[in-house]
Amino acid sequence: MSTREYMLGNVAIARGIVEGGAQVISGYPGTPSSEIIDTLSRMDERNFYVEWSVNEKVAMEVAAGAAWSGVRSVVTMKHVGLNVAADPLMTLAYTGVKGGMVIIVADDPSCHSSQNEQDTRKYADFSLVPCLDPSTIQEAKDMIPYAFELSEKFEIPVIFRPTTRISHGKSDIEPGEIVEDRPRAHFEKLIDRWVMLPKNARVRHPHLLGIQENITKELENSSWNELSINNDSESKIGIIASGIASVYAKEAILNLGIDISFLKVGTYPVPEGLIMNMLEHADTVLVIEELEPVVEDRVRIITNKTSSCTRIIGKTGDFVPRFGELNVELCEAAITNAFGTGEKTKLTESTVDMEEMADVASIKLPLRPPAMCPGCSHRAVYYAMKNVFGNDAVYPSDIGCYTLGVQSGTVETTLCMGSSITLASGIYHAGESRPICCSIGDSTFFHTGMNGLMNAVYNKANITVTILDNRVTAMTGHQPNPGMGKTATGEPTVDISIENLCRGLGAEFVEVVDAYDRKATEEVFKRAKEYNGTSVVIAEQACVIDARRAGIRLKPYVIDVDKCTGCKQCVKFGCPAIEFDSESKHANITALCTGCGVCGQICKFDAISEVKK
Amino acid sequence: MSADKTKLDLIISGVGGQGAILASDIIGKAAVLAGVPIRAAETHGMAQRGGSVVNHIRLGCELGSMIPLHGADVLLALEPVEALRYIDSLSDDGVVIVNTQPVLPVTVTSGGDEYPDVSEIVDVLKSNHKVKVVAFNAFELAIKAGHPQAMNVVMVGAASNYLPMSKDLLIDCIKGMVPPKTVDINVNAFELGRAKV
Ligand SMILES: Cc1ncc(C[n+]2csc(CCOP(=O)(O)OP(=O)(O)O)c2C)c(N)n1
Ligand code: SF4
Ligand code: SF4
Repeated sequence: MSTREYMLGNVAIARGIVEGGAQVISGYPGTPSSEIIDTLSRMDERNFYVEWSVNEKVAMEVAAGAAWSGVRSVVTMKHVGLNVAADPLMTLAYTGVKGGMVIIVADDPSCHSSQNEQDTRKYADFSLVPCLDPSTIQEAKDMIPYAFELSEKFEIPVIFRPTTRISHGKSDIEPGEIVEDRPRAHFEKLIDRWVMLPKNARVRHPHLLGIQENITKELENSSWNELSINNDSESKIGIIASGIASVYAKEAILNLGIDISFLKVGTYPVPEGLIMNMLEHADTVLVIEELEPVVEDRVRIITNKTSSCTRIIGKTGDFVPRFGELNVELCEAAITNAFGTGEKTKLTESTVDMEEMADVASIKLPLRPPAMCPGCSHRAVYYAMKNVFGNDAVYPSDIGCYTLGVQSGTVETTLCMGSSITLASGIYHAGESRPICCSIGDSTFFHTGMNGLMNAVYNKANITVTILDNRVTAMTGHQPNPGMGKTATGEPTVDISIENLCRGLGAEFVEVVDAYDRKATEEVFKRAKEYNGTSVVIAEQACVIDARRAGIRLKPYVIDVDKCTGCKQCVKFGCPAIEFDSESKHANITALCTGCGVCGQICKFDAISEVKK
Repeated sequence: MSADKTKLDLIISGVGGQGAILASDIIGKAAVLAGVPIRAAETHGMAQRGGSVVNHIRLGCELGSMIPLHGADVLLALEPVEALRYIDSLSDDGVVIVNTQPVLPVTVTSGGDEYPDVSEIVDVLKSNHKVKVVAFNAFELAIKAGHPQAMNVVMVGAASNYLPMSKDLLIDCIKGMVPPKTVDINVNAFELGRAKV
């Protein structure tokens, strides 16, 4: 009987964490990384501690504290989370660790669910922390226990960098042994290691540089790098591909049926010896990697060092795009363009372009962008906000499900988490004379919004801050946050009051309102708009998905066709459960209705009411 | 279609919330039990909020999970517009199985876009005569089976005719994966879909 299991990439990574004997796991949700902790926190039996932290910097430091106490730890985040956690990362490289520490940072080439597509391998290079880059889900799982060993051997944290296609891919997986040996935590008082006074930092920086050579040697001999030299062909073609791009490149090479030398790179620092070997056997080397030319630049440096004359191409020469994810077609095109004799083939459209594709043959396809759910409280708050502040106002916003409300005209900025209140302050202090009303979700407020509010109040920004409190981190898959009164594993804990928190941060105008009560919400917004100073409106209502999971079901609404005049006021509200029948000229509510009742408060003809049973 | 009987590239397209992931999971679990290597890529995250979603499933594959353009053997479309949107992923001799029940996007319900005529969509699919088209209303069959949400399982039933796994194995997987109370409904749904091809 085979022991193979069908697993999501992130579930396999969670399995790798268990196999590696991690004792403390922390993280902040972010697509495509969230299911790692979701999986660990839902396990029935656990012999490790797992938490959702309030942001990535906090999570990184929690994991570092554990590793400094001699146990194995993991921190998880999405790529942009590492920007938030970059401060501890850069110095953690100097201090190093005792217990193995793995920093899991999931990249999102093509921005499937992200505001940018930065390449974490650059951070590895910048911080001088080694990095592992899996090409398959099996490899991803197997790399985690190895990463712990590497981390302990060199007393340095290790970055593990899956991409969306690993984290959200699925595959048949062979599970491995679980490390049973669990050291007891003991914080050793190594003052010259853990206290980065300048005199200690000056010692640790050369130490960090000094261990790079041995780390490189160790990684060079690992199974994550593979070189196959083609000796018998005339061809002097070499291809180097890294991480997930290596499987696309392999398939492209098979399809094209060409003889080449091939190097798969799965580690950073890159395997210098294998690269030199490849350079000896090839006239031209094409480097295929997603996003930044990390491997390519290294190969060029090695070429210079060895005074080899091999030509290095990839991003150089525009053979491989520096944006978006790669696929087999793009790899085939790169290879034929680089080594073929014919004309350059045009790059074919990618799957991402297909999502946007609007016409097939004679038919115009309607676009299908993601939208807020039927009954989402964010839509109701935006409706009331727009009614009060009008078109002559400025609406900075933030990142979460509410960003999908961009059609309502109340989302005019999205930069990074926590940036709504701060951008609003800057716009105000710049002298913008129109009213400024920003919006931010509860999880985002806890993440980095709080500092912005304190700053706004302290520096007297005359703005309205709307906290969309749906009591969950919805966008990334409904993870708990400090406002919910329960931890990642479902244990009851303090329920942190956003209202008290805002008052504690110095805000004097703080009002709480039921987001489904349109009139009350508009009244609060009116008072907030009048207020001179930083006003805070907290609009409360559970996320409908989360409420449904908790067993809360409201009665749906219906439209009385005798009263409906076909004015489309409710349709303009934008709830996906409301359709317009152009034949009968009446609005109609579908089975998607979750019964929030807001459309009923919008209809001027009293045509919408709760279903009576 | 490929000569190797265990090799099959399948694309499942649809709308976030229709259960495309459960559909791929049933096939994936069955493949692993049958000893067939599998690679899959799924839409998670933002697009799941009612956006257009697409899952790639590669049976008998040990490389990457992304099916090259014009490479899929079967396109299983849970929604008519989403069949047309991904039609270029299908190979010249591929099969498209489409549920004819539309799900209107917000661009249609509250925007200015129009939803095309479903029979026209099916005609365009058919006029591309290189592909075989199986079009039927899986939503109605799911209601007949006992619950509209079983539409995804109806579609798995239809696709099962092309899969390199036995019907019994697929049904066993379904039984283990759906809520216990809905086992009969889902097995019915599977059979109704299977009979459509
Ligand atoms: C630094 C960073 N970490 C994580 C994310 C991923 N992310 C996007 S929105 C979001 C939280 C949304 O929660 P909330 O503010 O409560 O809004 P909701 O989705 O519940 O409406 C997260 C974690 C990110 N974009 N940037
Ligand atoms: S998941 Fe929750 S917060 Fe997100 S759009 Fe749906 S109802 Fe709104
Ligand atoms: S009550 Fe109205 S606005 Fe609320 S979910 Fe139902 S149709 Fe949509």
